[in-house]
Amino acid sequence: MADLSIEFAGIKSPNPFWLASAPPTDKAYNVERAFEAGWGGVVWKTLGEDPAAVNVSSRYSAIYDNNGEVSGFNNIELITDRSLEVNLKEIEAVKKAWPDRALVVSLMVPCEEESWKKIVKLVEQTGADGLELNFGCPHGMPERGMGAAVGQVPEYVEMVTRWCKTYSKLPVIVKLTPNITDIRFSARAAKRGGADAVSAINTINSITGIDLDQMSARPMVDGKSTHGGYCGPAVKPIALNMVAEIARDPETAGLPISGIGGIGNWRDAAEFISLGSGSVQVCTAAMIYGFRIVTEMQQGLSNWMDSKGYKKISDFQGLAVPNTTDWKYLNMNYKVVADIDNDKCIGCGRCYIACEDTSHQAIDRKVREDGSVAFEVIEDKCVGCNLCQITCPVDSCIKMEQKDADKPYMNWTQDPRNPYKDAS
Amino acid sequence: MVMSMEMPQGYSQQQLALDQMFKDINPALSARQAGIESSRCYYCYDAPCVTACPSKINIPSFIASIHADDLTGAAKTIYSENIMGGSCARVCPTEILCEQACVRNKEQEKAPVKIGLLQRHATDNAQFVGHPFKRAAATGKTIAVVGAGPAGLSCAHRLALLGNEVEIFEAADKPGGLNEYGIAKYKLTDNFAQKEVEFILGIGGITLHTNKALGKDVSLQQLKDQFDAVFLAIGLQDVPCLKLVNESHPHILNAVDYIKELRQATDISELDVPKDSAVVIGAGNTAIDMACQLKRLGTEEVTLVYRRGTEHMSATVHEQQIAKDHEVRIKTWARPEQINLDDDGSLRSLTFRKTYSDNGQLKDSEESFEINCSAVFKAVGQKFAYPQAEQIIPTISNGKIATFGQQVTSIDGVYAGGDCTSEGQDLTVEAVQQGKLAALAIHHQLSQEA
Repeated sequence: MADLSIEFAGIKSPNPFWLASAPPTDKAYNVERAFEAGWGGVVWKTLGEDPAAVNVSSRYSAIYDNNGEVSGFNNIELITDRSLEVNLKEIEAVKKAWPDRALVVSLMVPCEEESWKKIVKLVEQTGADGLELNFGCPHGMPERGMGAAVGQVPEYVEMVTRWCKTYSKLPVIVKLTPNITDIRFSARAAKRGGADAVSAINTINSITGIDLDQMSARPMVDGKSTHGGYCGPAVKPIALNMVAEIARDPETAGLPISGIGGIGNWRDAAEFISLGSGSVQVCTAAMIYGFRIVTEMQQGLSNWMDSKGYKKISDFQGLAVPNTTDWKYLNMNYKVVADIDNDKCIGCGRCYIACEDTSHQAIDRKVREDGSVAFEVIEDKCVGCNLCQITCPVDSCIKMEQKDADKPYMNWTQDPRNPYKDAS
Repeated sequence: MVMSMEMPQGYSQQQLALDQMFKDINPALSARQAGIESSRCYYCYDAPCVTACPSKINIPSFIASIHADDLTGAAKTIYSENIMGGSCARVCPTEILCEQACVRNKEQEKAPVKIGLLQRHATDNAQFVGHPFKRAAATGKTIAVVGAGPAGLSCAHRLALLGNEVEIFEAADKPGGLNEYGIAKYKLTDNFAQKEVEFILGIGGITLHTNKALGKDVSLQQLKDQFDAVFLAIGLQDVPCLKLVNESHPHILNAVDYIKELRQATDISELDVPKDSAVVIGAGNTAIDMACQLKRLGTEEVTLVYRRGTEHMSATVHEQQIAKDHEVRIKTWARPEQINLDDDGSLRSLTFRKTYSDNGQLKDSEESFEINCSAVFKAVGQKFAYPQAEQIIPTISNGKIATFGQQVTSIDGVYAGGDCTSEGQDLTVEAVQQGKLAALAIHHQLSQEA
């Protein structure tokens, strides 16, 4: 059986599955239940200065997939609304009771050196394993000069990170906000400030939908709403890209990344790890299904690793990074063409109409003598865009087959069709 | 059409008991079920379900509307091709029509989208402000429709929609035809047929005359004289007989008559229900309906006997399953030979001759057997019988009114549709379609003349 244990930025954890800083990690009761269920670590929900934050009601909203399952989740909750003292006491007790689990504490205080100095000392005394700086919270806190308001300014990220590194011996993880144009700038700033790791992504500014009867977004607070933080399966592609950007940026390459964003099962976790993440953080999936999901996550990851011959997490960590490149380095000589297996085809015609209306008119529709239809790819017209395969509801009915396999690799910088070839 | 589920006034305990006995055999989907089921539709291009639907409802479109939470739009899509989409959703043999064509049958799961139930969900829950369709400018034309069954109502509705005035002549005292009198009670519950008629007539421009039979109260000649066109939708009136001695015994009944009586009954005590055993002869949907309803009414043993094998039955496999679910005994390869009465004249049993197929030809075998029964219900088909008193008669072929494309009969200005014609398999949905096509043809013809 594969060894799932990790050491992330000096923090040891029996498995890479951590609960992200959020309601599930707001108090000892939940965290203990999580550890009992098997979670490798938690990032305790963000502590702030007293008086504690005050929350509104309601706080969450969601969007759903075709089966009525949550695909995107949104919250307007603030950092912990319990007092600093109570949180610190509980953190200390939990860590004592669960010495083998990772216990990282998320923090957010005003952008003043004294505030950060004071709180990191307090946390250090609890015996916690590390700090996570919350520079991502997109609602409520930025108006007070915290959260994303810091995360969006690389200079602030660097400055606060440096303060924390100055006043604490604990590993510092900087949690990045996705509400920026280029995640690399804040990641680089964190590194310059001395961060031991970054975690990404925090939630994305969002409005999940409008209640058309009440003419207000959700969640509704007495008929009004505000933008919240988006998470859940729907944000995974954005998170994966940001993790990849940090992993393959020469300035931050090698900086440990804790991957966050839409992780709900072992496969999502494996994808984040393959793009360089050293640990993964989960929140929405646990909030929808409860802590027990970590059982299948550990089991699935372990089984998959066994099947691939990976003995430990680092065996496959980052393996997909070198294969994530810039457009200009893609092989211009690589060509695929769709092929439709008419034995598997059920005749829904989705590939045909999608290609006909919106792509390259590369599918021929033939009506057979018995009235049934057959679809055939017109190879000369097919650009290998994948659209037909994406629309097809049948597994492996449409395959993309490689053509001209004998042509050598040639990227855009080498391509004679590139008018700026010499400049690039 | 939103139909009130409240009890009509004057609803008796007996009526309630009867309704309980005949609860919906195929209950409606919940909103959540409909949401999930609608997401199973692939929104096929040139969808095979539409090709398979006799009334050509744009099925992927209405399902997409359901999925987008626009039940009103979904219902309008259905009604625009089939104004009786509500009853068709309940009585259509979807298992041999749209649902059989669904591409999802070809997937490994082999489970079609529940099109019929989705159609019912849309038509049951749509919220129209007024009638969903607005009539076109008046054409000044008036058309007579004979028969207020599905074909007649469909034709009348479409003609009215196109701006014509319509008068319907119906022999029975209620409109609805088969939906009112001939469909098993558990398939159309809650007085659905009458509510649907009300909805259809809601478009305006349609005058309904009940208790006006062709050949008795009106004649085709009169109608031809008084109206710009005539549409005949007179259905099937007669049932064939078994040609056995004692067939006129009061407990040898026609299934259609009994179903009609049951459908109209408000009190179970009005019905003469065989207690111990009954035999149903036939193999069509009427036979199944009859047998199942007897079981629900409390007949201990119900045996359905058919002279050929189950594979030859005109009732679909789905219908046969309903019979099995009702614990109806199905006996094949036997034909009724003799009706046996007791000395006091009461019905005792039926003797059957076993049959077999000899190269497709039905032959009698040496063996026979007897089934004890206190009632026999004949469901061996329905026959067309044109009113004898009528002076002008359209050409009849294969025992029904012949149509020559676009529902035209041999008589100028007279069209026909539904079960009285030799087209199709006598399904409600086909009747609706033929009524619609006749209306379009009549309107087209009259517009050209104008």
